[in-house]
Amino acid sequence: MSRRTRWQNTALLPVIGGVLAVVGLAVLPLLAIDVPGVLPGPTYTPGTLQLLAYAMLIAALALGYRMMFGLAGLLSFGHALFFAAGAYGLGMTLEAFAPPEWPGDLIFVVSILVTLVGGLVLAMTVGALALRVTGISFAMVTLAFAQAGSVLIRRNPGGATGGDEGLSLDIEHVPSALVGVVNTRNLYWLALAVLVVVYLVVLWVERSRAGHVAAATRENELRVRVLGLRPYTVKLLVFVVASVLAVVVGMAYLLLQSGASPRIATADFTLTLLVIVVLGGVGYRWGAIVGGIVYTILDQRLTALAGSDAVAGLPAVLRVPLSEPLFILGTLFVLVVLFLPGGIAGLPQRIRSGRVRHPLEAEEATDA
Amino acid sequence: MSTVVLLVITGLGLGALYFLVASGLSLIYGLMGVLNFAHGAFLTISAFLGWEAGRRVSDGTWWGLAVSALVGMAVGALVAALTEYFLIRRLYERHIEQALVTVGLSLAAVALFEGIWGTDPIYTAKPEWLTETTEILGARIPNDRFLLIACALVVLGGIVLFLHRTRYGLIIRAGVENRQMVSALGIDVRRSFTLVFAIGGAAAGLGGVLASVYYGYVSAHLGSVLLIFAFIVTVIGGLGSLTGAAVASVLVAVLQQFANFYLGGTGDLVVVVALAVVLLIRPRGLMGKVA
Repeated sequence: MSRRTRWQNTALLPVIGGVLAVVGLAVLPLLAIDVPGVLPGPTYTPGTLQLLAYAMLIAALALGYRMMFGLAGLLSFGHALFFAAGAYGLGMTLEAFAPPEWPGDLIFVVSILVTLVGGLVLAMTVGALALRVTGISFAMVTLAFAQAGSVLIRRNPGGATGGDEGLSLDIEHVPSALVGVVNTRNLYWLALAVLVVVYLVVLWVERSRAGHVAAATRENELRVRVLGLRPYTVKLLVFVVASVLAVVVGMAYLLLQSGASPRIATADFTLTLLVIVVLGGVGYRWGAIVGGIVYTILDQRLTALAGSDAVAGLPAVLRVPLSEPLFILGTLFVLVVLFLPGGIAGLPQRIRSGRVRHPLEAEEATDA
Repeated sequence: MSTVVLLVITGLGLGALYFLVASGLSLIYGLMGVLNFAHGAFLTISAFLGWEAGRRVSDGTWWGLAVSALVGMAVGALVAALTEYFLIRRLYERHIEQALVTVGLSLAAVALFEGIWGTDPIYTAKPEWLTETTEILGARIPNDRFLLIACALVVLGGIVLFLHRTRYGLIIRAGVENRQMVSALGIDVRRSFTLVFAIGGAAAGLGGVLASVYYGYVSAHLGSVLLIFAFIVTVIGGLGSLTGAAVASVLVAVLQQFANFYLGGTGDLVVVVALAVVLLIRPRGLMGKVA
C-alpha cells in the first residue's frame, strides 16, 4: 500500500520526461541541429535520420530482449531469429502474395498481418519447446533454433531469401510515403512510433501480475511453484511477447533499410543485443534504449573514425586496434561488465550511493 | 560400402576437431560453471601464431607442422590461463557475468585478428603426405584425417591419465562432482581453475593448428565456426563430462557427414535438430551429471 502512494508521487516525473523526450525526438527532422563528431550531419538530412531511426529500432529490439533477460531471467541466444522472421517474413510475403485485384495498401496491411501471425506461431513453437529446459540448456536450444533459421536463410530455399546476397524490398505494394530517400523522415517517425509502442507494451507487461510473477520466478522459481503459480506459462508469455515485438521491429527494419541481409539472423547479432542490454544496464528499462542508441552511434562513428586520416597516420600498434570498431566495443563491454555492473543507466545510482550494485538488484531498489 | 567408410572416417576426423575444442569447454563448464565464449578466440590465436612460427622455421614440412603444434598449444594454454587469471577470477561465482566477459573478449579478439591478419582466409602449406589419400576398403581417405584422429586420441588419453593419475586431476574430478565439498575439505579449488583453463586452452590451440591443416587455411573466423558446433557437442554429451564430449563429437560429426551426403547438404540443420531432440528427451545430455 505504501508502494501505491509512492508510485503516484514519483510516477509523474518520468512520464513527463518521457513525453518530452518523444516530442523532442519527433520534431528533430524539422530542426537543423548539428552535433559534430556524434552525428554525420544536421538532423534534417536523410543520412542522420537514417542513422537515428536505425538506432531507435535497435533500441526497441534491445528493450524486448531486456524484458526477457532482465525481467524473466531468460538468457536467449536466439532473439535474432524473430527479428529476421519479421524482416524476411514481410519481405517474402510482399513478394509472393499479390492478388492483382486488391489495392496495394490492402496487400501491404495483409502482408504485415500474415507476418505477425507467422511470427506469433513461430514464437509459441520455439518458446514452448525451449522453455521445457532452463538455464544454459535453454540458451543452447534457442541458439540451435536461431542457427537453423540462419542456415535456412543462407541456403536460399526456392530463391525466396536471396541467400548471402540478402533480400531487397519489393516496393510495388509499399505505400509511397515509406519509399525513397526523400521520405526518410516518415521512416524516422515510423521507427520512433515502433520504439514508443514497444516501450509501452514492455511497461504494461512488467507492471502486470504476469510481470511480477516472471520477476519472482527469476529470483526463486521453486518458491513461485510452492505458491501455486505456474512459472512455465508466465515465462512463455514473456518469451512470446518479446519475440512478437522483435518481429514488429524486424518489419520496420525491412522498410527502413529497404532490404534484409543474412547477418541479422546470426548468433553474433543476438550477442550484439546482449552487449547492448548489458552496456546500457540490465536493471533499467531505459538502459536498453540508452545502450541501443549509444551502441549504434558508436559503431557507426567508430567506423568513420577508423577510415579517417588521423588513424591512418598512427603507428601500427595503435592503428590496427583503432581501425576495428568491434575491438573497441568489445573491450568497452568487458570493462563495463568488470567495473560498472549497473551499466550506463546504473551510473547515477552508483554515484549517489557510492557502492557497487548488482545489475539485477537495482530493479528492486528503484521499485520498492 | 566405400562411400560409407569414407563418410565414417572423415566424420571421425571432423569429430576429432570438435573434441579438441569441446573437451576444454566441457571441463571448464563442469568445474567452474563458465560457458566460455572466448574458446574460439583461443583456437584462432593459436592457429595464427602456430602458422606464423611454423612457416618461419620450415614451411610445409613435418618439422614445421610440429613447431606450429607446439607453439599453438603453448599460446592456447598461456592465453587461456591469462584470461582466467585477469578476467574470470574477478567475477568469481557470477556465472552470467563470466559468460558476458568471454563474449566481449571473443568479439574484441576476432576484430583484432581481422585488423592484424585481414578478413580473407590465408592458405597454408602442409607436408606432402597430408595432401595425399590412402585407400581403405575401396575408399580413398585424405591422410590428414588420420593425423586429426591420432592427435585427438592422444589428447583424450592424456587428459584421462591426468585426471585419474595425478593429485591435481583428482581435485578437478572432485571439484566437478561437488565443489563446495572440496572447498570444505580445505583444498583451494580456485587454483585448479587456472589449470583447467590452461589445459582447455592447450587442447583448443592444438585444435586450431589442426583446423588450419583440415581446412587448408587460417582465418579470423576459424574459431567462431567451430565454437558453435563445439557448444552443441558439449551440450549433447552432457556439460562437464569428458567421455560425453568424446562420444558426442563423433556422433555429431558422423551424423553431419552422412546428412551432408545423403540429405543434400543439410548437415548443419540435422545437427541442430539432434541437439533439440536430445535436450527435450534428456535435458542433461547423454552423460551429464544430474543437475
